[in-house]
Amino acid sequence: MPMLRPDLEIISQWIKPCTRMLDLGCGDGTLLHHLRETKQVESYGLEIDDENITRCIQSCVNVIQMDIDTGLSDFDADSFDYVVMSQTLQAMQHPDRILDEMLRVGREGIVTFPNFGHWLNRLQITFGGNMPVSRVLPEPWYATPNIHLCTLRDFEQLCAEKSIRILQRTVVNSAHRTSPLMHSLPNLFAEIALYRFQRG
Amino acid sequence: MPDTIPRNSVGLVTPQTRHFDTPLTLDCERVLSEYDLIYETYGKLNTDHSNAVLICHALSSDHHAAGYHRTEDRKPGWWDSCIGPGKPIDTNRFFVVCPNNLGGCKGSTGPTTINPETGKRYGPDFPIVTVADWVRSQARLADQLGIERWAAVIGGSLGGMQALQWAIHFPKRLGHSIIIAAAPKLSAQNIAFNEVARQAIMSDPDFHEGRYYEFDTAPRRGLKLARMLGHITYLSDESMRTKFGRELREGKINYGFDVEFQVESYLRYQGDSFVDRFDANTYLLMTKALDYFDPASAADGDLAAALKPVQAHFLVFSFTSDWRFAPARSREIVKALTDGDNPVAYAEVEAHQGHDAFLMPIPQYIKLFRAYMNRVAEEIA
Repeated sequence: MPMLRPDLEIISQWIKPCTRMLDLGCGDGTLLHHLRETKQVESYGLEIDDENITRCIQSCVNVIQMDIDTGLSDFDADSFDYVVMSQTLQAMQHPDRILDEMLRVGREGIVTFPNFGHWLNRLQITFGGNMPVSRVLPEPWYATPNIHLCTLRDFEQLCAEKSIRILQRTVVNSAHRTSPLMHSLPNLFAEIALYRFQRG
Repeated sequence: MPDTIPRNSVGLVTPQTRHFDTPLTLDCERVLSEYDLIYETYGKLNTDHSNAVLICHALSSDHHAAGYHRTEDRKPGWWDSCIGPGKPIDTNRFFVVCPNNLGGCKGSTGPTTINPETGKRYGPDFPIVTVADWVRSQARLADQLGIERWAAVIGGSLGGMQALQWAIHFPKRLGHSIIIAAAPKLSAQNIAFNEVARQAIMSDPDFHEGRYYEFDTAPRRGLKLARMLGHITYLSDESMRTKFGRELREGKINYGFDVEFQVESYLRYQGDSFVDRFDANTYLLMTKALDYFDPASAADGDLAAALKPVQAHFLVFSFTSDWRFAPARSREIVKALTDGDNPVAYAEVEAHQGHDAFLMPIPQYIKLFRAYMNRVAEEIA
């Protein structure tokens, strides 16, 4: 089996075997395929991109073509153990509503997103006066799909407002490694944040 | 036919007929004591009989799904875009079977067949057949062909409804159900269109309560109207605009009721050519089968409950501009399948051709269809 992308590896460690999962923006279906093969996780992936749909079908992943910005009304409440959204939250029209939707259809939610509070981003804005471009945010401002970027603090504030209970947080750099500095000052040094959460 | 047979065509094909003399009890509780099914096959059945694929046809099509009957045929079978060597339903790998449904008018027993009890054509006395009746008759054909389990049952529109019914009715007898541009039941609007089509046929003075054969005539005007109406629902507003716009045949308005706009000419042509090749009583029956299709009704309207027995893997396709069976209708099927934890892949293909898109070689559709059928072929290899 090919090596899993490190953030997906972290997510897959969080997911218990023989559970049901929904992956929002499942890409080429790598995570779903991996979890089915290694942990007998039954899953569906939602995806909008034609190329990714084809790859999911090639790897026998249950993929459903739809725009998750339109909501998850095709899924009943409490249908899944986990609802995962990796590197997509910041590209959603309504990130706050999708968090509600995730916890309506699933018992637990898992999201990953690029931390806009990373010191390099702050430096670029403060001294360069430009919108940041980095390894995790490679597109210029006019071409980025990331319309709702946030920092760790922003995300955690939103969770607090919504009474969402954060169960687990992991922070990594773009090489998906972690460091003591990142642990002591995550909002300044983490490039990517991973959260597992449930209804409060 | 083109001068040389294209390499990806199944080439010249000859239909075959099977006679069945075990009585078939229909949903309407009437019994067909004996009947024929005409069908075509493409490709070779492998030694363990595991590579068979059933193609279910839609309202006005038949058993001639691919290839040519005669060298002088202008057009190939109705689904030649998807069936053939190297095509998504690859006849180098699959043994493809496509029967004409009971009640049809192309060789399977239907209203134009002689009723053995009366010595006259069945006409309006032919029993109303349902999607489930077709599935049961197709299963008997499978028995005769030595096919215990289909690798896949595939259909578009009314054919997709049969593919869904197969998965419910004979869960162990198919590996995959591929449902294209279909719906789990008709909407009131769908039924309304069917009713107008039926009224057009039945109010034609040449209908003679369905016994028009005895008067050596046919309700041609009514059937033509029914087809014209149906055709509008097969196309999208956009595809009609692209194809015809408001183009005038003679380049100017004549202030009369003759054909002026190209779209009028097209619809009249479609209607006229249809009445030469289709039977009005069959058209009535097919629209009724559509109206009655509602597998959820067996489970108090709960489609997910009705789908409990299924074991097949599903592929569901819809097309963005299809308003006859819009993507939302396909998603009802997908929702019921995911509610029951059934394996399903769903693609909503961007297409401007309307309901007819399922017959067209749309690149993304063909690509996904091929990718899925590769999987099916690998499973049985």
